[in-house]
Amino acid sequence: MTPPTASELAGLLRSGATTPQDLAARARADLKRISDLNAVLRYTDSLAERQAERAARTLAEVPERAGPLCGIPFAYKDVLCVEGVETTAGSRILQGHRPPYTGTALRRLLDAGAVPVAVTNCDEFAMGSSNENSAFGPVGNPWDPGRVPGGSSGGSAAVVAAGAVPYSLGTDTGGSIRQPASLCGVTGFKPTYGRVSRYGLIAFASSLDQIGPFARSVADVAGVFSAIAGWDAMDSTSSPTPVEPVEDQLGRGIEGMRLGVPHEYVAEGLEPGVRAAIETAFSELERLGATLEEVSLPTTEAGLSTYYIIAPAECSANLARMDGVRFGLHIDRPSLTDTYLETRGNGFGPEVKRRIMLGTYALSSGYYDAYYRKAQKVRTLIADEFDRAFATVDALVCPTSPLVAFARGAKSDPLSMYLCDVLTLPVNLAGLPGISVPCGFSEGLPVGLQVIGPRFQDGVVLRVAHAYERATSWHAEQPPVPPVASGAGS
Amino acid sequence: MSAGAVSGLTELMQRYEAVIGLEVHGQLLTESKMFCGCSADYIGSPPNSNTCPVCLGMPGVLPVMNRKAIEYTVRTALALNCEIPEHSKFDRKNYFYPDLPKGYQISQYDMPMSEHGWLSFPVDGEEVRCGITRVHLEEDTGTLQHAGDILQQARSSVVDLNRAGVPLMEIVGEPDLRTPEQAREYLVRLRQILVYIGVNDGNLEQGSFRCDANISLRHRGSAELGVKVEIKNMNSFRAVQRALEYEIVRQGRLLDQGQAIAQETRGWVEAKGATISQRSKEYAHDYRYFPEPDLPPLQLTADFVERVRAGLPELPQQLVDRLQRDHGLSAYDAAVISAEIEDARAFEALVGAGVAAKSAANWLMGDVARLARETRLPLQRSGLGITGLAALIGLAERGRINGPTAKALLEELYVQGGDPVAVVEARGLGQVSDEAELSGIVDRVIADNPAAVSDFQGGKEQALQRLVGGVMKATRGRADARLVNQLLRERLGR
Repeated sequence: MTPPTASELAGLLRSGATTPQDLAARARADLKRISDLNAVLRYTDSLAERQAERAARTLAEVPERAGPLCGIPFAYKDVLCVEGVETTAGSRILQGHRPPYTGTALRRLLDAGAVPVAVTNCDEFAMGSSNENSAFGPVGNPWDPGRVPGGSSGGSAAVVAAGAVPYSLGTDTGGSIRQPASLCGVTGFKPTYGRVSRYGLIAFASSLDQIGPFARSVADVAGVFSAIAGWDAMDSTSSPTPVEPVEDQLGRGIEGMRLGVPHEYVAEGLEPGVRAAIETAFSELERLGATLEEVSLPTTEAGLSTYYIIAPAECSANLARMDGVRFGLHIDRPSLTDTYLETRGNGFGPEVKRRIMLGTYALSSGYYDAYYRKAQKVRTLIADEFDRAFATVDALVCPTSPLVAFARGAKSDPLSMYLCDVLTLPVNLAGLPGISVPCGFSEGLPVGLQVIGPRFQDGVVLRVAHAYERATSWHAEQPPVPPVASGAGS
Repeated sequence: MSAGAVSGLTELMQRYEAVIGLEVHGQLLTESKMFCGCSADYIGSPPNSNTCPVCLGMPGVLPVMNRKAIEYTVRTALALNCEIPEHSKFDRKNYFYPDLPKGYQISQYDMPMSEHGWLSFPVDGEEVRCGITRVHLEEDTGTLQHAGDILQQARSSVVDLNRAGVPLMEIVGEPDLRTPEQAREYLVRLRQILVYIGVNDGNLEQGSFRCDANISLRHRGSAELGVKVEIKNMNSFRAVQRALEYEIVRQGRLLDQGQAIAQETRGWVEAKGATISQRSKEYAHDYRYFPEPDLPPLQLTADFVERVRAGLPELPQQLVDRLQRDHGLSAYDAAVISAEIEDARAFEALVGAGVAAKSAANWLMGDVARLARETRLPLQRSGLGITGLAALIGLAERGRINGPTAKALLEELYVQGGDPVAVVEARGLGQVSDEAELSGIVDRVIADNPAAVSDFQGGKEQALQRLVGGVMKATRGRADARLVNQLLRERLGR
């Protein structure tokens, strides 16, 4: 039995077969049932109740005003601010913090009548690729709770994969939506940088962060994207260019499209099972009428080191406001310096501290030119290289992750963990849209196909992914339900 | 040198040359803060009430640039003869302090909004030209209050973020100034310009106009620069001058003794009349500037810059020229009248109301200036106001009241207000200029004062004043003094 998608639920609501309150209650029960995965940090019961009632009223009284997400439950990552709802970014330092405002993406969903039911677990301040860096414990992968769901939006990927909610919101700074989508066998979309307002997203790396959806269908992902995308006066980096109606792109097929395969992304380092699944997916794309051609993105090699200078540099400043003065953890000491040291020393986990130190170092006087400035130059080269590729192809296709979900604790050194995102983070450096769709299994674990498009051509990415999804059934595969409780999160 | 200068200053300055550069911070008179919609007029609000998630630095918030702040900064840069590059950007200046909510200040580092300007002004009859390195835009911090003198030793401190995020312009001057007097005059002129172009209220006491100074000494004739000391906490023009004088003596004496000057930041302590060390170079911050990723780079088109230039209000020097040219004021009067924009506006309003230029200038520079100082009420906000003063001067000019009456009325009405014409009418203060009426009184006074009459006729000129006084007394001060003089002289044959 495949759990319904958001579009299917919308149909049920309209026909009167169910109510928003029912759907919220069922989502709540399903989330409880998978609580061993530790994917949920907290439930938003009173907000869900209010929103469900409001949606029910809209559906009953002004059904023509009810959009496709009205009355549909969803979950969102613990880095998105909602007024009055505890938001901790997976960190001890923000424990108990209730934002005094609601961010733009959430505001738009709430205005559309969507019903938030839970806040999902994630790596602390979105820093990680396995969800093992959360201060509130790791998250289990619904396909094998002993394995990681990917990260940093691991909780958001897991709740959708387990079928508890039809969609969720995550954030993607270097692959934090696409990689967990790949590892959990769901669809995850990172829009073009500037397409979705970052107002209300607790910043990790401001020039890379982007909010995006997880769902079990490309159509759902496109629907959520349409609801949250568009210029926002509160975010100066949001684009004023009108959002194309991406739903129009779906169903057009890919006949005659030129798809590039960056050979550096498939050359080496892929697990054999991932390679096999991807090659099958490439054949399928050709069968659907696309032309696949090899392209070269040689600077990709420098992507990882570039990313690990720019992202930590920005985070070292972004996390400075977590100083214990106005919100969150405050450990009082007689001197100001000791108060800072104790609060931040106890409030942040090891990975966050590592990145703050990396970034602080990279920006230090005497090192700035060698690290930060050089990284910015390489970043420009990477973006230019993508642009050149898009002069000849409509989109790029490649694996999302070189490997499938790994066992918890398997990657103990930071560098091997950082390598998980080697195929996704260049996309953030260039600000491009990217999606991961399920494309098979390796050793019983999901594999994801990544589609990358030119800036602001989010519709092209969704179109390719949709055509592939229509032609295959990987997205409909379900993990064992209920997931085997093998002690995840305990 | 100013009176009360530190002893030894003149002698030291004969041997050492001071190299002084000033950094001025001016809050912009925008309606809202630099990155959010909170009011920029924060003074008087209860602590932390003039705040929002953005200026509180809450997790997840983003800055949105105040366009007016950009326009005001460009206006300032143009008034200071700066170049405005087409491309500039904002940067994060990173440091931890409780008055800095985000842990970084959004400022401008290597691509400021303007550069390469200058300001020129006379000091002791010589024209001094000081380069302006740059004018850039940043955000102000909150304020702290400590139970104790300094944060590190305070038992407790409280933070007020009402001021956090108010647009702040930084004007960095070149080290082209050579004496404390020049430094003071530079500040006076700079403040005057900012107030004239409407971007800053020029209030040093409340800190909306603040100044830090860098000073080093070198032997006269030497081209090499000495070790630089930064001075903070000066909140009046006088404090700047005194602190610099103090520093010249302090550094000069150390150099005389063959000691090295420590590169450090020192604070001016008004009560002690001295600077004290605050922070040495080893503890200097590494601010780790990097481009602000939350704000796109700033592009100022030539078109925009020209529009701002075209809308630039009259600058002080232009006004001084115009007052001389159009109103026939002397260079001195024009300079005094234009020193404070409120005086200049009052002058123009008086002239507009029909008062003769010279007379308007005399009144403003004389008794009105004194009353404004004594009552701490500028004319515009006084009870009398521009219209009242214009009416009062009108009465005096037309001979309806005499000089002493006008003066007395000004004193009386300046604060409490009132229509001078009505008051003169009601109290019968009108000047007695009727020759027939005065003749009778003059005759009586002559008859009553034979001693004074004979003194005067005997050659004692002052004796006449006793007789004039007698007439005045008889008319309750209202007699036309000129006419009384004339009548007395006619009668007494001198």
